[in-house]
Amino acid sequence: MYYIDYDPFVLPFTLGVLALLVMLFWKFFQWWDKLQPEDRIVIRTGLRSGKLLAILKEVFLESLIHRRMWKQNPLQGYMHMTFAFGWFMLILIGNVESRIHSGVEFNMPYYPIFFKFFLDSNEGLPFSKSFTFIMDFFLLLVLSGLVLAMFKRVNAKLYGMKKPAKPEAIDRIALTALWFIFPLRLLAESFTSAVTGTGGFLTGNLGEFLSGWLPARLLAYPAWWSYSVALSVFFVCMPFTRYMHIPAEVLLIYLRHLGFKPSKTYDFFSVVEVNSCPSCGVCVESCQLKSSLGHGNIVPAYFLRGLKKDREDMQAVNECMLCGRCQQVCPVGIHVNDIRIQRRDLLNKQVVFNYPYLPPPDHQKADVVYFAGCMTHLTPGIKRSVENILKAAGIHYLFLDKEGGICCGRPLQIAGLWDSARQLVESNQRLIRQSGARLLLTSCPICLKVFREEYDLRIPVMHHSQYLVQLIEAELINVAFSSREVSYHDPCELGRGCGIFEEPRQLISRIAGLQEITAGREKSLCCGGSLGGLSLSFQERKRLASDALKQLLAGQPDLLITACPLCKKTFQPLSPVGVMDIAEFLYTAMEQKTRTAQPEVLINCNETVAVL
Amino acid sequence: MMTKTVAVIGGGPAGMEASKELAFNGFQVVLLESGARLGGHMNQWDRLFPNKRPAGEILESLYRNFPGSITVMTETNITSIGRNADRFILRTAGRDVIEADALLVCTGFRVFDAILKEEYGYGIYDNVITSVDLEQWFKEKRPVLTSHGRVPATVGFIHCVGSRDEKSGNLHCSKVCCVTAVKQAVELKEKLPEARIFCFYMDLRMFGLGYEELYKESQEKYRIQFIRGRLSEAFENMDGSLMAKVEDTLTAKPLRINLDLLVLMVGFLPSDGTAAIGSLLGLTFNPNGFLQPRDGHLQPHDTEQQGVFLAGSCKGPKNLEETLADARSAVLRIRQYLTN
Amino acid sequence: MPRWGYKIHEDRQVIWEEGDFSLVERIRLAEPSLCLCISCGTCASGCTAAQFTDFSLRRVIIQLQRGRIEEVRQEIDRCMLCGKCILTCPRGVNTRHLVLCIRKELSGDVLY
Ligand code: SF4
Ligand code: SF4
Ligand code: SF4
Ligand code: SF4
Ligand code: SF4
Repeated sequence: MYYIDYDPFVLPFTLGVLALLVMLFWKFFQWWDKLQPEDRIVIRTGLRSGKLLAILKEVFLESLIHRRMWKQNPLQGYMHMTFAFGWFMLILIGNVESRIHSGVEFNMPYYPIFFKFFLDSNEGLPFSKSFTFIMDFFLLLVLSGLVLAMFKRVNAKLYGMKKPAKPEAIDRIALTALWFIFPLRLLAESFTSAVTGTGGFLTGNLGEFLSGWLPARLLAYPAWWSYSVALSVFFVCMPFTRYMHIPAEVLLIYLRHLGFKPSKTYDFFSVVEVNSCPSCGVCVESCQLKSSLGHGNIVPAYFLRGLKKDREDMQAVNECMLCGRCQQVCPVGIHVNDIRIQRRDLLNKQVVFNYPYLPPPDHQKADVVYFAGCMTHLTPGIKRSVENILKAAGIHYLFLDKEGGICCGRPLQIAGLWDSARQLVESNQRLIRQSGARLLLTSCPICLKVFREEYDLRIPVMHHSQYLVQLIEAELINVAFSSREVSYHDPCELGRGCGIFEEPRQLISRIAGLQEITAGREKSLCCGGSLGGLSLSFQERKRLASDALKQLLAGQPDLLITACPLCKKTFQPLSPVGVMDIAEFLYTAMEQKTRTAQPEVLINCNETVAVL
Repeated sequence: MMTKTVAVIGGGPAGMEASKELAFNGFQVVLLESGARLGGHMNQWDRLFPNKRPAGEILESLYRNFPGSITVMTETNITSIGRNADRFILRTAGRDVIEADALLVCTGFRVFDAILKEEYGYGIYDNVITSVDLEQWFKEKRPVLTSHGRVPATVGFIHCVGSRDEKSGNLHCSKVCCVTAVKQAVELKEKLPEARIFCFYMDLRMFGLGYEELYKESQEKYRIQFIRGRLSEAFENMDGSLMAKVEDTLTAKPLRINLDLLVLMVGFLPSDGTAAIGSLLGLTFNPNGFLQPRDGHLQPHDTEQQGVFLAGSCKGPKNLEETLADARSAVLRIRQYLTN
Repeated sequence: MPRWGYKIHEDRQVIWEEGDFSLVERIRLAEPSLCLCISCGTCASGCTAAQFTDFSLRRVIIQLQRGRIEEVRQEIDRCMLCGKCILTCPRGVNTRHLVLCIRKELSGDVLY
């Protein structure tokens, strides 16, 4: 016989789900509209692409288990996991259970959710013992997460964070509803179980206990109503809250597997990334603008929330230094730096700079082309040392911007002016290509990043710290070890930006004792001089630099070594100890400063070095 | 009444002048100097602006009639300053203990370390020197030559190196380097009549009597060229000379010039002693790191600490006239304090 | 006013009353360090763009402060935003941001 179990209390839930679906479709439609036709095809055919298994696996690991969150912070990872995974299992197993019971293909959507209400007894139900046990187990799991979550609101320090991302009014409503859902479910099922005996170790026992001193039969019905209302409130609010990250993140994982990457403009992928941020707050404490200047609104947690709600914070767009510290810790892997640049691009839409005056390339040739970069001209110690080392190693090189060159284009790019930057990129590209270089060497990490990512050069591009290590290894230069203790500052664009952490350390370890500092490698601090922070004032930069220096010099090193002219210039006037670029440091440690070896040997060695 | 003792910290012109005057006024004086001899920066200086008077004359006059009653302790570093009722107890690194009824801080200035203004190439390019180096050359009667031993045909003086520069951490004007540059330019021209000499400045601050006259003379008689523009960075040419690109702000055109020698007019900063004694005594520093008197107009020597007085360039850039006058006026104030 | 039979050519003098000061006021709000400039010319002397073309940030700033918008418009778009000047300006003027703000205002993008 086919009949429909129905009671008016299911209405709030059902309508809530309906509203949620409508909103989700509407949002998705808006995003879809931003898509290029070819990308639409990729997305449509993606499901058949054979990557489905990998995608499902990652959705499982990230959206349900929250693997990356576990790595960042186990306690918080557990909390997120219990909610996501526990709830998911409740829905999944609830569906299976109710379907086995009703024996039909089609259930009303509310049926599995309120299954226990419609169930008179467990009699004749296959595997009922196991089902009730599993269902109770997952309910308990979710409840354990809930207790932790409540605890976190009260005492966030326990989670290794000073403050969680501050929720807004609508987030608060959704959060409250969410917190009520599971305790209400527990109560509803327990009261019902006291009457019908359908509960397991949790609901069954609790029901029995409660019915000892409460009118369970009377309370069950209002409890089911409340449960339904709590669900409804949550679903209706969800599209307007941070909980939107749940569907968005699934979509994001799907897109990433199909090869989507941040582009130069604020597009579909950006919107999905923005919406995938759960405001977890992991990034909040990583930002120096907050710790040194008290500007807490710049961090992604708030910047992205502003974007989601169409309330863009201009300060957050323009002041961020793009240092990448926040991006580094983000468990969702949101490309916040790209998004920030895309927003700058949108705000600068009508701005164009014009460079019709750029000179044509001349015709000098060399194997190794050295491009010092604009900033390096303000630190002649760096370019002089690199030149001297190259000469000592017998490298045939061309100093492309000896008397000043064309800007690499990265500063324009990070201001969101890619169209203008392209003019510079093309000019420099022509210059480098016609030189016949087999290796491009630069002293500036800012140049390095754009050379590698945006130039079409088809030759290796190296920062001098990488190249100099090779020169030492090829025994083209000899260095002496001294007992000095130094501390090394990873420049943002070199370290997090280009992933170069090891070579500078290898190099330094050959000449002096290297102190490892807590804010090293991926966690390195920004010097404050960043070209990313467009609107930062000089006084603010100074404060950022002095605070960073305190950490860098905590071990009282004899010298501070860095690998970027901008970092050097920023730290130098404020540092009580000397600040040197890694090339200068190497030059001071070189044993033989002029070349005596035979040229033939050089050419061979040169090959191994230049052709990588 | 027992003779009161004043400890004078710093034996430059201010400290010497004050010690003498204090002794003439009947006080016991202990003069403490961290360096090997008295005289401070005067020892390194050849001639003084605006009248090119030999610095030796000043030193000589400071030493003349120097009362034997003054206890002079050179190479003395103070490690702690304590207080016992109204008396100060100073301990030195050499474990001496000095008691005094009043302290006069004359710890003076140091010059900006030009290496920190890396873009100008001091310590990197051979033909970049500072005003202090040049004065030393003058004093030692060393011929002015480039690192290759050639007589420089063009010389550039760069004003405001480490002064009026937020990027060097110093906002203040050092006051004396403009006129020093003009003085040195004139002296250089006297030695090298063929050379063409340029001053690159932002503003010319000829504040003292006789300074403007010197400036005028430098134009009229010595044909020094003044170019209003601040250097961004210097480049080294193959032959070791320097290429400077500045904006000639008055013609609003970029200007490019090869210079055989570049002289950096390094600014006035509080000396290490000023910083150290100031923090030992808990004195107030002004934003540029110099010591802040209680009231610059009305109580120019008093500090927040009773019995501690200031004189000379530990309070900020001063020329020699001002330094000596300030020292004498401090003596009056101390006498008033100790006899009441 | 008496007529002397001739008229001073416009370009020969800055007529204060004819300046357009609305731009400088708007820019000052977005980048207050504008008013710190002392026209020293350091920015222009090391300028990457000025190696190749007639461009002086110092001149742009002073023209802006004199309300001479046309002159500003004529050269502002040559800057490469390389940021060299931000490191050398002795007054700590936020030069790059200043250029960007001027450029935004002149092209009609909203500032803030
Ligand atoms: S990129 Fe750096 S400055 Fe910007 S929000 Fe992140 S941590 Fe803060
Ligand atoms: S940006 Fe990343 S780290 Fe920051 S709140 Fe969002 S998900 Fe968390
Ligand atoms: S006196 Fe002249 S050179 Fe010295 S800081 Fe002042 S303006 Fe600059
Ligand atoms: S940012 Fe513009 S004005 Fe400044 S140095 Fe670079 S090109 Fe010149
Ligand atoms: S360097 Fe600074 S103070 Fe000098 S002209 Fe340029 S903006 Fe003005």
